[in-house]
Amino acid sequence: MSTRARTALAIWIVALALAGWQIAHTRFVADMSSFLPLEPTAAQRVLVDQLRDGAISRVILVGIEGGDAKARAAASNAMVKALAAAPLIAAVSNGSGATFDRERELLLKYRYVLSPRVTPQRFTVAGLHSAIEETIELLASPAGMLVKAVVPRDPTGELVAVVERLRPAQSPAMAEGVWATPDGQRALLVARTRGAGSDTDAQAQAMAAITSAFEEAARASPGMRLLMTGPGVYSVKARAMIQRDVERLALASLAVVAGLLLFVYRSPVALGLGMLPVVSGAIAGIAAVSLGFGMVHGITLGFGTTLIGEAVDYSIYLFVQRDASRGGGDWVGGFWPTVRLGVLTSIAGFAALLFSGVSGLAQLGVYSIAGLVAAALVTRFVLPDLLPARFHIRDVSATGAWLSRAVVAVPRGRWIVALMAIVAAAVLFVHRDRLWDPRIESLNPISIADRQLDAKLREALGASDARHVIAVRGVDAQAALAAAERMGEKLDALASEGRIGGYESPARYLPSTDTQRKRLESLPAAGDLKARLAEALRGLPIRAERLQPFLADVEQAKSAGVMTRDAIRGTALEDALDGLLFRDSSGQWNAMLGLRRPLDVPSVRRAIEASGVPGAVLLDVRAELDTLYAGYFERALVASAVGLAAIVILLFVTLRSASRVARVMAPLGAGVLVVAACHAAVGTSMSLLHLVGLLLVVAVGSNYALFFDRGTNARTVASLALANATTVASFGILSLSRIPVLNAIGSTVAIGAFVTLVFAALVMPPVESAHAHDRA
Amino acid sequence: MTGRAALLACLLLPAMAQAYGVQELFQSLAGDKPRRATFQEKKTIALLDKPVESSGELVFTPPARLEKRTSKPRAESIVVDGDLATIERGGNKQTLRLSQYPGVAVLIDSIRSTLAGDLKALTKTYSAGLAGDATRWRLTLRPIDPSLGTLVEHIEIAGSQGEVRTVEIFQADGDRSVMTLTPIAP
Repeated sequence: MSTRARTALAIWIVALALAGWQIAHTRFVADMSSFLPLEPTAAQRVLVDQLRDGAISRVILVGIEGGDAKARAAASNAMVKALAAAPLIAAVSNGSGATFDRERELLLKYRYVLSPRVTPQRFTVAGLHSAIEETIELLASPAGMLVKAVVPRDPTGELVAVVERLRPAQSPAMAEGVWATPDGQRALLVARTRGAGSDTDAQAQAMAAITSAFEEAARASPGMRLLMTGPGVYSVKARAMIQRDVERLALASLAVVAGLLLFVYRSPVALGLGMLPVVSGAIAGIAAVSLGFGMVHGITLGFGTTLIGEAVDYSIYLFVQRDASRGGGDWVGGFWPTVRLGVLTSIAGFAALLFSGVSGLAQLGVYSIAGLVAAALVTRFVLPDLLPARFHIRDVSATGAWLSRAVVAVPRGRWIVALMAIVAAAVLFVHRDRLWDPRIESLNPISIADRQLDAKLREALGASDARHVIAVRGVDAQAALAAAERMGEKLDALASEGRIGGYESPARYLPSTDTQRKRLESLPAAGDLKARLAEALRGLPIRAERLQPFLADVEQAKSAGVMTRDAIRGTALEDALDGLLFRDSSGQWNAMLGLRRPLDVPSVRRAIEASGVPGAVLLDVRAELDTLYAGYFERALVASAVGLAAIVILLFVTLRSASRVARVMAPLGAGVLVVAACHAAVGTSMSLLHLVGLLLVVAVGSNYALFFDRGTNARTVASLALANATTVASFGILSLSRIPVLNAIGSTVAIGAFVTLVFAALVMPPVESAHAHDRA
Repeated sequence: MTGRAALLACLLLPAMAQAYGVQELFQSLAGDKPRRATFQEKKTIALLDKPVESSGELVFTPPARLEKRTSKPRAESIVVDGDLATIERGGNKQTLRLSQYPGVAVLIDSIRSTLAGDLKALTKTYSAGLAGDATRWRLTLRPIDPSLGTLVEHIEIAGSQGEVRTVEIFQADGDRSVMTLTPIAP
């Protein structure tokens, strides 16, 4: 072994060890937020933050079905009791005993800083008179019984004003004293986890706590089932699914490729050596992603199985193409330049992923580039020297020659390719309206059934209106609350015009300190109030003596001062506030004002403009996510076009002939058209991942085309056929995955790789040429 | 057979009428046509020096929809349908689940079950006592559940034949309300 070979070997081993160390210290994640853009707009950041860590992301909706209503209610109550003590669950409720005594007491205590009706006018003689008159009318109404007890303390009806604004438009249905779906067939609970929705481990533990609480509770009466949904539950399910699929697919892929190679090589040594570049590539890829991103997404690993099919090609080329009689050096001189060009075109294609603006896809790009470069380098510098002196595999020249003859026998190969491309283009034209799926759902690994369940439970809990939200910002919580209040004034006007059905605002739970002070200042001094009240009661059927508690309460409110977040800590009020007022990753405070239908969007937009609240935006959560996705879809399209251009330029620089570039690109272009047409024909709308798959088709296919361009002999054809078989097998297995991301790439590349190889052979039929080696 | 059974029933009927019972009362109350009546309500509340009065229209649509539309002193309405109660007042509309307000639910059910002629539902929450005869009956309802007794002491519903004329609610704290109904011919 030469010194150079020894050096290469040493570098390889050290690099593998370092990469292994890096992988050992890597965090593996699975939440789909990695597939959200890296640089969202301010409004989108609020949304992404919310999805990742916000209060919404921490909610787990729990359903109990089966058994009878009584058993479900009993289990529900037992679960609430058990989970109240669970350290991972911040809060849990099922509607039972929802007397909200503490909350009511707080609202009563702070009603003068919470009620928007507290103004100086309301505490004049005329103001008091009309307010008390209204309360007396309320006493006469059916609701009178509910408020009677508090009237001596609150004759102006501030508590009613406060409560009315906090009550949801519709409360959940009840069965046997606990929340239930409207049909009464499922008992419902809402749990809030301590960990963020993106902390998949914490979510998994919280789910385990809920499951064990249910099992304990359901022991008394069997036949009940537990349902859980929510963003965190999705992450956990997705991770489990990805893990399961990745393990299964990686094993299957490995087995198929290994079986194929063993069948062809008839040499376990060759198989083992051939896997070295693959394993090195996979390790390098994971380590590179870990270094670059600080974590590795499960889908990246799943995608990694495809590298088995790609990277194994290099060793196949080496083993099959090298002339056994002349050793590895011959291959390095004759074939390596072509392989190198193929690697470079692949890198150009994958580089597009780096600039897609989506962290998940950028990971795939880094993984692929690092993996392919490592695999190619190991094949070039390490593998030839590791081959044993009498290394040989079964001679496959005969198969190659047979294949060559088969291709050459096809008349007018180029015309067939051209015709296929035209037919494919026609199919694409016919289906042009639904070629692409612009919805973010196309990336979602969660099944439709799961999402429908989530929607059902959400609707039952009256939590489905969170679609249209106005987000306002501030440097601190007070600024955000003040902005929410200014926005609220505009929304009040819209609500009274019937342009919106109402809205929710954090300032209703916690008004800004300024607003609270202003309200306190509206309260007259004790002596004044007494005198005004006496006068205001003239003509009303209530005597001042009965309202002594009112005078005392007003004094008490003044001395209690403003309400702080601490005052409502640990109550349902804080829970509600948490979801509406929070700090985002940039340190800014966000207040969310949820809008209720009916909704007149244009007038809401006008109101936002007129409010002059800086940074206020209307978010249509669903539409925003789709726009966000469509935005980076476009970006990915542009990046792909740039990648394609880079490949063409690279070919021009190397081949220095327009006709040769055209010949190399023709099978690739025709291949891409045919694959896209296949998807269109079976009714699949392509997602971003199909686009990535098409890019891979170009990358893989360029290797084939370059070999055919270089001129092929029987051995080359055999090596290409084998390389193609491994690629089709490993990507084909990937297409069996239920995860849309993997399924899309798998099906696209499996078809594409096969088609481009055939097309390349038809466009540039193999010739047994003595001069073939000189043309590269 | 059917003819003979009908004949038998006709012969027996006068005898049964003599002992007017809750069963018969509720049979005469039951019906599947909507009924409308104007109402006058007078509430005597200890907190207030004089009773508050209101008036409007009451519509009952069997089996479970009860609308009370008050026109004076202030327009408001409460529509109860099944478990849902929708209160509309001063342009403000709120929907509540009765099951979450058991105190209000039993009050509404006392009237609703009586209007529907649903004795079974009524006797779930109340013990019922009947006085008078078919032309002038008075039904006294007392909550069975003692926790409800802290709110409603008892309810007296009076009427003639299949028509309810007055509903009096006696609250535990001494406050009470009297609602007088005048049917509107359909």
